[in-house]
Amino acid sequence: MKAKVYVTLKKGVLDPQGKAVAHALHSMSYKSVGDVRQGKFFEVSLHGVTRAEAEKQVKEMGEKLLANTVIEDYRFEIMDGE
Amino acid sequence: MANSGIKFGIVVFPGSNCDADSHHVVTRVLGCPAEYLWHKETSLKNSDVVILPGGFSYGDYLRCGAIAKFSPIMTEVRNFARRGGRVIGICNGFQVLVETGLLPGTLIKNRDLKFICDWVDLRLENTRTLFTGKGKKGATYRMPIAHGEGNYFIDPDGLKRLEDGGQVVFRYADSSGRVTEEANPNGSLGNIAGICNEKGNILGMMPHPERASETLLGSEDGRFIFESLIG
Repeated sequence: MKAKVYVTLKKGVLDPQGKAVAHALHSMSYKSVGDVRQGKFFEVSLHGVTRAEAEKQVKEMGEKLLANTVIEDYRFEIMDGE
Repeated sequence: MANSGIKFGIVVFPGSNCDADSHHVVTRVLGCPAEYLWHKETSLKNSDVVILPGGFSYGDYLRCGAIAKFSPIMTEVRNFARRGGRVIGICNGFQVLVETGLLPGTLIKNRDLKFICDWVDLRLENTRTLFTGKGKKGATYRMPIAHGEGNYFIDPDGLKRLEDGGQVVFRYADSSGRVTEEANPNGSLGNIAGICNEKGNILGMMPHPERASETLLGSEDGRFIFESLIG
C-alpha cells in the first residue's frame, strides 16, 4: 500500500518561496500566472496493514511530523500496490 | 567569576554547532558547571538549566527542528520544562521549541529568502522572566543573528495572547530602541525576536547571546541572560 501525502501552506501564511517562483514565472512571460503557493509531497509505502489502519497511521504522521499544523494543512490518499 | 553551583545541560543534536560556544560561556565566562547531553541520552544529568543550542539539527531536513523533537533527550526536556525547569532555545533551539510545542507559533523562511548573518539591536520587553531579571526593560541589546528561517509567525489570536500575556521578550529595533519595519531583518510578526511561555521558564530567541558575552567578540550584551539564570 502507498500513501500520497500533500502538505500545503494555510491561507494567509506568507510564502516567500512561492512568491519568488511566481516572480520567476512572470519574468518568463507567463502572464497568466497569479499566485504560486509552494508545498510538499510525500510518498510513504506501508506494509502489513489494512487500509483502515493505514489511514489512521498516515493521519497521525501528518499531525505529528509531516505537517506543522500551525502553518500547514495536509491531505492524503491511500492507494493499493507498491 | 560567579559560581552559583547552577549546572547547565547543553543538548547536542547531530548538526548542532553552537554547543561549544554555549559551553564556553557557561563554564569559562560564568564559571558554572556544564555538561553536554547527547540527543540519544535519556537523562538531563541533574541539570538546573537546559540549553538547546543553535545549528542545523538533522540538517534542517523536513522543517528546522522538526526531526529533533523526536530525539530521546527531548522527552526529558519536555517533562523538565513542564515541571517548571528552565529551558533556553537559541536559534535552531528556538525552532526546536516551537516544533515541540513548548512555545507557540513557528519560524518560517526569512522574508527575503536569504540567510542573514549580521548584528541586530534588540529591545528588551519583559524583565519578569527567569532569563531577563538582570536586564533593563526598554533598553537595547546588540547581538548577532545567523539564520535562514527566523521569520516568526503565529495566527492573530495567538499573537494577541502573546502580547497580552507579556510573552514577547525581545523585538528587533533600531539602535535607539524604536521598533520599526526597517529594523526587522526577517519579516517576523511584530518584530518578534524572542518569546517565553506563560510561566516564563522557557525562552526561545533567534539572536545569539552566547556569541555576545565577551568584549573580545564585539559585545557583552548577551551575558545578562546567563547571569539572570544564575541569580
